[in-house]
Amino acid sequence: MEDTVMRATLVNAEKFVGVANGALKMAARDVRVFYGESEALHGVDLDIYENEVLAFIGPSGCGKSTFLRCLNRMNDTIDGCRVTGRIELDGEDIYDRSLDVVLLRARVGMVFQKPNPFPKSIYENIAYGPRLHGLASGRAELDDIVERSLQRAGLWEEVKDRLEQPGTGLSGGQQQRLCIARAIAVSPEVILMDEPCSALDPIATAKVEQLITELSETYTIVIVTHNMQQAARVSRRTAFFHLGNLVEVDDTTKIFTSPSDGRTEDYITGRFG
Amino acid sequence: MNNWVLICVLLMLMALAYQFGLARSRSVAGQGAARMHSRPGYYGLLVALWCGLPALAVFLLWTLFEPGIIRSVVLNQLPPDLAGLQGNELEVLLRRIEQIASGFGVSDQPAAFELAAAERMRSLQNTGRLAMIASMAVLCVAGLVWTLRRIDPQLRARNQVESVFQALLVISSTIAILTTIGIVLSMVGEALHFFRFVNPAEFFFGTVWNPRFSTTGAADQGQFGLLPLLWGTLMVSIIALLVAVPAGLMTAVYMAEYAPAWLRAVAKPVIEVLAGVPTIVYGFFALITVGPFFSVLGQTVGIDIRATSALTAGVVMGIMIIPFVSSLSDDIITQVPRAMRDGSLGLGATKSETVRKVVLPAALPGIVGAFLLAASRAIGETMIVVLAAGNSPILHANPFEAVSTVTVTIVNQLTGDTDFASPQSLVAFALGLTLFVITLSLNIVALYIVRKYREQYE
Repeated sequence: MEDTVMRATLVNAEKFVGVANGALKMAARDVRVFYGESEALHGVDLDIYENEVLAFIGPSGCGKSTFLRCLNRMNDTIDGCRVTGRIELDGEDIYDRSLDVVLLRARVGMVFQKPNPFPKSIYENIAYGPRLHGLASGRAELDDIVERSLQRAGLWEEVKDRLEQPGTGLSGGQQQRLCIARAIAVSPEVILMDEPCSALDPIATAKVEQLITELSETYTIVIVTHNMQQAARVSRRTAFFHLGNLVEVDDTTKIFTSPSDGRTEDYITGRFG
Repeated sequence: MNNWVLICVLLMLMALAYQFGLARSRSVAGQGAARMHSRPGYYGLLVALWCGLPALAVFLLWTLFEPGIIRSVVLNQLPPDLAGLQGNELEVLLRRIEQIASGFGVSDQPAAFELAAAERMRSLQNTGRLAMIASMAVLCVAGLVWTLRRIDPQLRARNQVESVFQALLVISSTIAILTTIGIVLSMVGEALHFFRFVNPAEFFFGTVWNPRFSTTGAADQGQFGLLPLLWGTLMVSIIALLVAVPAGLMTAVYMAEYAPAWLRAVAKPVIEVLAGVPTIVYGFFALITVGPFFSVLGQTVGIDIRATSALTAGVVMGIMIIPFVSSLSDDIITQVPRAMRDGSLGLGATKSETVRKVVLPAALPGIVGAFLLAASRAIGETMIVVLAAGNSPILHANPFEAVSTVTVTIVNQLTGDTDFASPQSLVAFALGLTLFVITLSLNIVALYIVRKYREQYE
């Protein structure tokens, strides 16, 4: 039963297999993360290519979110968290002293598990990032960025008449798309998504998944998900994490049909996790 | 027998009754006819309560009403030529009789009728006391036996005990409310009394405060204009807030957002110690240190600053309420969800941009609430202004001059020789009521804002 569902969703994933690997966008080498004394991530090596959708799957506490947060140094904000190893963005070490973390986060944007719009108007939510980075020289240009971002996030038609209303008044799914629009507004190169649909209902989830597929034409997307069907639907490649290790990473079709590691097979067939 | 001994004996009896109830319920349970409704402890408590509470009620009512009854009995039996006594003379006589009866005695030779009355009073007191103890004992035993006999599997002991405790909680919470109502009523009563002397319009809109002394005669009762005092209060409070709000808010932002955990653990309690310093200490700090400092500072820059002025009082009061503002704002800032900060940082905002553009706006309603609470604290503050504001109830706009506030004036009008029938004293109640209304409305607005803010995230 489980298998037939899985195979049906894989038909969707088939179309990604033909996509040729783009240029190398980010590369992680021997990345370890420590919370105080305990090691949460035991040496991860992973390449991320331009314009691909890469999904991280694995049981709770396996380190997939921790690794995701290393990619734009969001772990810096957690007390007692230490990262070793090397992560490169376009060949530059992002943990290098000379690199400005503010600029890094403008290039590697993030969407969180729970929709977290600021308690400001819809317009101000989108305009927040462009204002910080001085992307618009005038009101007209800012208006333009806001409209384009909302259109790309598929939210424009729903909110164009109420841009001055608070973003917190939208539904959960709309809030999450608002957060995606907010991330797009600063024109990042990579977008990290940490379980972006786990707080959404199935219809809102479908919209966000469609959006992810559309966005992958322009951006490199890394998505953490608990939902294996979702990984199968949206991603070209999938990485499986287990107990702080990256077990394997391969084309999504291959991971879900003939994984090379026994642990991956156990997980996707529902034997644990 | 002393009242305290009586209460102690009663408590011991209740403890004994508890044990009886426990034992009885266990033996009933042991007979095994049916499952007991409650656990043994509840039966024990029920027996103890029935043993103690009725006796306690009798004790309270008795001590409340007995003296009055004895007095009227004694009065009725006084010689007929004394029956016409009124007011103070009657009070004095009764006081003398009570003192003779208690064995304390009076300084001069008591009259024969006084001795007789005292004798009668003493015997009444003794009889009453015995009757009270006897009825308490009877109620104790009756309650104990009756409840013990009622113990059976169907008795809902737990529900009954719990309703008693619930009643206790209700009574406790009513005390605070009733006290507030009592305070308001007594102030309203006296304030109305004051407005029989002085026209409310003259009081609320008068610009001159010159109450004279009550001993100078009723012909010239002085002027009771509220505005100079209200203006003084306002000026001192505004200066205090100008000091406390920026300092307190920045402290809160540092503590909540930047300070490392160890520093926060040390510094936060230290800041809150400031709130525990008695206001009189702040008062003489203002008088002895801050005031002269401002005065000298004024001389060096060529401004005439009085040592006791609105500035001195306001600045020191501001220092006093810094911990108030910082602690409340700190709580509110830490309540802003982490997701907000992550969202902003994830867009490439720096920490200070995040604080200024996301955290503070999100916390703003709560912070405003904290300011209003601090403001009502400043308005009601007394000791610092008594010592450091100069006590000069004149309407002027210069913060370097002495002023007087509503609270200081209340202190002035109620200390020393006071005659509670004169407007000079009664005005204190009108002032107090005004102050109460102002701080109450500030508090209500503040609580409303804080509550509205809370709804946003929970």
